[in-house]
Amino acid sequence: MSEKLLEIKNLKTSFRIKDDYHAAVDNLSLTVNKNEVLAIVGESGCGKSALAFSIMGLHTRAKIDGDILFKDKNIAKMSSSEFNKVRGKDIGMIFQDPLTSLNPLMEVGEQIGETLYLHNKNMSKTDRRERVLDLLNKVGIPRAEHVINQFPHELSGGMRQRVMIAMAIANKPELLIADEPTTALDVTIQSQILDLINKLKDDMDSGIILITHDLGVVAEMADRVAVMYAGEIVEIADVKTLFENPLHPYTRSLLNSVPNANSEQEKLHVIQGIVPSLQNLPREGCRFSTRIPWIDQAAHEEHPTLKEVAPGHHVRCTCYKHFSFPDESKEEQHVLS
Amino acid sequence: MWKFTLRRTLIMIPQIIVLSLLIFVLAQLMPGDALSGQIGPDVDPERLDEIREEMGWNDPWYEQYASWMGGVVKGDLGDSFRFKMPVSELIGQRMVNTFWLSVATLILTYLIAIPLGIASGRYNDTWRDQLITGYTYVGFATPLFIFALVMLWIFGFKLGWFPTSGSITPGLEPGTFEYLMSKIYHLILPALSMALITTYSTIQYLRNEIVDTKHKDFILTARAKGASESRVYNRHILRNSLLPIAAFFGFEITGLIGGSIFIENIFGYPGMGQLLVESITLRDYTVLTATTLLFGVASILGALLSDIILSIVDPRIRIK
Repeated sequence: MSEKLLEIKNLKTSFRIKDDYHAAVDNLSLTVNKNEVLAIVGESGCGKSALAFSIMGLHTRAKIDGDILFKDKNIAKMSSSEFNKVRGKDIGMIFQDPLTSLNPLMEVGEQIGETLYLHNKNMSKTDRRERVLDLLNKVGIPRAEHVINQFPHELSGGMRQRVMIAMAIANKPELLIADEPTTALDVTIQSQILDLINKLKDDMDSGIILITHDLGVVAEMADRVAVMYAGEIVEIADVKTLFENPLHPYTRSLLNSVPNANSEQEKLHVIQGIVPSLQNLPREGCRFSTRIPWIDQAAHEEHPTLKEVAPGHHVRCTCYKHFSFPDESKEEQHVLS
Repeated sequence: MWKFTLRRTLIMIPQIIVLSLLIFVLAQLMPGDALSGQIGPDVDPERLDEIREEMGWNDPWYEQYASWMGGVVKGDLGDSFRFKMPVSELIGQRMVNTFWLSVATLILTYLIAIPLGIASGRYNDTWRDQLITGYTYVGFATPLFIFALVMLWIFGFKLGWFPTSGSITPGLEPGTFEYLMSKIYHLILPALSMALITTYSTIQYLRNEIVDTKHKDFILTARAKGASESRVYNRHILRNSLLPIAAFFGFEITGLIGGSIFIENIFGYPGMGQLLVESITLRDYTVLTATTLLFGVASILGALLSDIILSIVDPRIRIK
């Protein structure tokens, strides 16, 4: 059994809208082990980034309840000065959009160097420069001596994301959070960046949380996958199980919505409706039920919980047992109703 | 960098030519001339016409403009009709006075604006911010000349803390320490009056920049690196927010010119602004065109200065 690196217990991240708090991450528990890539997938607005930001303590106006244990220390309860010693050092983060995530007025080298400086103030300037050059080479930036003195606007999107990665791994973090690292890049660059992350993962043996909505990325990168819907995990399994034997209706719908070049699908599956907004989220019962209205209400649990259906494979709610796509077998639906 | 500065400086030449043309034509369009006030029972109007003819005032405007510009290029701004002395001499000392008044006002403006702007932006939507924003609204709504009069009345006449007119105590030897102190003493009240009112735009500008920068993605990156809150503010937010303030500097100078016209007249401060108003009422064309031209050139130089400062602080507009 692999070692636990990060353990999230009953995390609840709520945002204030008018006078009420609404949870974007609702009572979520999750573990990340050493040396594994945990992918978190889901549609936009289902709380993936809110979760990542909660771990990094980047929410400024959210209420965070629950515990986040990083190497048995509760980082959710740390003071900001204590936590500043952890983030950037033991936990690194790669952001979604490298175009806006770099300071436009700072040289690339200075920005990477800042991460080093903040966690090791005794490092000499020349050592730091050496280390930055080293990092730039490591993330595959050509002509590092030149790039180190360039500004972000002088670099292409892919290069900027490499700079972001160099910054995130500068202090060899044990946990790396990648929040949709390839969403803002074009396809050819995407695969290069993913290859890079894969390579670095092997070098650093750290845990990675990969947040994405791209199932192709998941298949390529992840060891385990957590599927999030409306602030909750609806299914979690290792990557092979999830792709071969998806159970939760949401997971199955997601997988079914991926265009497949090999099969002659006539029409791409579309999940009905949208992720409900925070205020309109049905907090009781199965949160996905509104988007599969053809499934009988009786199929859902009253208070759905994550249940282990096979070793390491957890599914929320009982509705998966009765789920089928509307155009599939009509008989099954009749039996139910 | 030097290429950029040179190019930017060269653009100024056509700007100044157009400016001089406008000023000259507008001055020509003004009713009356320096002699029209001289009409009296013992003045022969025909003699006045002869003088006009002699002075070349009846020539077509472009010929007059050409001869005026020819002089200006050589540093000869003509003679004042009223003071009977070369305009350049007349302007000399006053320009120095206005320059120091502007410098003092600018320093005070930034001394007030930067801390208030930062506080307002950093703690936006708190009572502190509301207090500061309230002040900027009052500053925006208050006419400078009314405020300056009130300041003069309170601190000059009622309390007697500051001199009420002039730029120097008479009888002091230039170059001595007392002379310098007296200069500064005479500057404080007019400069402060102007700064307190005109600083509102800089405060508001800085506040909005900070509020805007605070929500940028790269601030999250800085926090994710483990930078402390004060470092995030000083290193990332402030630097990126002060940039547009540097760009604003040139406009600040333009505003200063307008302000100094009021302030110098109210405080009886012998500067260019006061001279300008005098020359208008006295129809002293040569002085009027010269002062207006100098004010215009100052604005253009202000814009140039902004661009150069901006190119130094913002790598994105450096032209290679």
